[in-house]
Amino acid sequence: MGFLDTLLGRTKPVQPKLDDLFALPSAAVTLDAGAGFKPTGSGSVCFRPVEGRSFSDVQKEIQELLDMSSGKEGGLPVEVTKDSYGFTWLVSSRMSDELDALVTDLHAVNSSLVDAGFGPQLLCTLVAFKDDQERRLALVYLFKRGTFYPFAPLTGERRDNALELQVKGTIGDDLKFEPDLARWFPVWGAPGL
Amino acid sequence: MAARTRYAPDRGLTVRMTATMFLLGLVFVAFVAAIIGIGTAYHASDAAIVLFAVVIGGGFAIGSLFYSDKIALRTAGAREVTPQEAPELHGIVDRLCALADMPKPRVAIAHSNMPNAFATGRNADHAVLCVTDDLMRRLTPEELEGVIAHEMSHVAHKDVQVMTAASFLAIIAALLIRVAFYGELFGGGGGRGRGGNNQNAAIVMLVLMAVSIVVYAVSFVLIRLLSRYRELSADRSGALLTGRPSALKSALVKVSGDIGRIPTNDLRTAKPMNAFFFAPAMHLAPKGSLAAIFSTHPSLERRLAELDKVQQQLSRTAG
Repeated sequence: MGFLDTLLGRTKPVQPKLDDLFALPSAAVTLDAGAGFKPTGSGSVCFRPVEGRSFSDVQKEIQELLDMSSGKEGGLPVEVTKDSYGFTWLVSSRMSDELDALVTDLHAVNSSLVDAGFGPQLLCTLVAFKDDQERRLALVYLFKRGTFYPFAPLTGERRDNALELQVKGTIGDDLKFEPDLARWFPVWGAPGL
Repeated sequence: MAARTRYAPDRGLTVRMTATMFLLGLVFVAFVAAIIGIGTAYHASDAAIVLFAVVIGGGFAIGSLFYSDKIALRTAGAREVTPQEAPELHGIVDRLCALADMPKPRVAIAHSNMPNAFATGRNADHAVLCVTDDLMRRLTPEELEGVIAHEMSHVAHKDVQVMTAASFLAIIAALLIRVAFYGELFGGGGGRGRGGNNQNAAIVMLVLMAVSIVVYAVSFVLIRLLSRYRELSADRSGALLTGRPSALKSALVKVSGDIGRIPTNDLRTAKPMNAFFFAPAMHLAPKGSLAAIFSTHPSLERRLAELDKVQQQLSRTAG
């Protein structure tokens, strides 16, 4: 925010960075090789719905678009859930070896929202992973920062910080990780995880 | 991304705020000119007094800026809470910070019978956000989020710094009034040599006091005006961030109504901190009244009307 904006008390809404999301498939290969985590095939986009007709129109369009594309390729329809914080999650489920298609789905949601002028409403995208011992892990993409962080929930509202840091080390430079650990916020009960 | 945005700034608000700050600047320049004028006209060395006031006033302003978070938390009797202690509250703050791309402020809860919230701290990295437990009890999660978004907009707008800088002038003027007053009282009998010099010094003190009083009065009104504009723009940014102006509106109605019903005895203790509160701890002044000019917050009707504008802006169909 510039000096003038500070003086005049206005904030420019932050536009999302979308492109870094495509680094995921290659990072997933590294993750599988290094730590044994495989994608479950489900991923989700989380955004903040806006009041009014305009936004609900956009949301309906996106849903139809995704349902159509997954129907053609024999996938499951897109699931819409609302969490207790008032955010909407669009969950897309693919086969576990279709990570490329999943990322494309997610990107379609993002770019539709941005095109409609609702880019600042995007919060994060989440792609779920699992290992042989059924440990759950998510790679969360922060739209505003253009960075990823790992999130490994345990039972109850606890997270496996050791595993998260191990994942960060394993993937290394293949993904742009969020350097500020304070921004690795937990997404308890995130749909699709 | 100039292509399409629904988040255009409110031009009217920007113009009014610029005008207010311009006037504050003008008062400052006039003040400095007057002091120099007094000095040259009477060949008196009031420079020392003014310098003294600037140093003390500046020290006070910087001190209160630096310790604003600690002072505010202490005054409100608030306690910092961990994510384990207040998971919902931290969850709301986490998400809003990720949406707005801001560092996360420290989160505190104050035990109070008034529904209120404030954010303070010298910059975004040292910000602290505080809500009263009563606010959390009375508001729905959506309304609470609206209030928190409003407070986080204050942090993003650096309102603590701006208001400290703006009130710097008033602090100096107030100090000069006092110094001149005591100068008048004791200066006459002091160890000065000739009678003529004494009289001269007395006049200087009187003029200095008169100028300072005028400057203090004018800048006081302007600061309050500026504070009201900052509140409006924080409402606006907060509503744009959550995408739910209506939740903030219903929170405002609830909080203002509830505060009006509370007996005044309790409120007196909270008064010094009004400038940082979500809604001030007194009856919101009706529109057009004299009290409205001195109020730190805009009237409820005004805030609701501005939020209506945001709502229209958001629901406009694209293109």
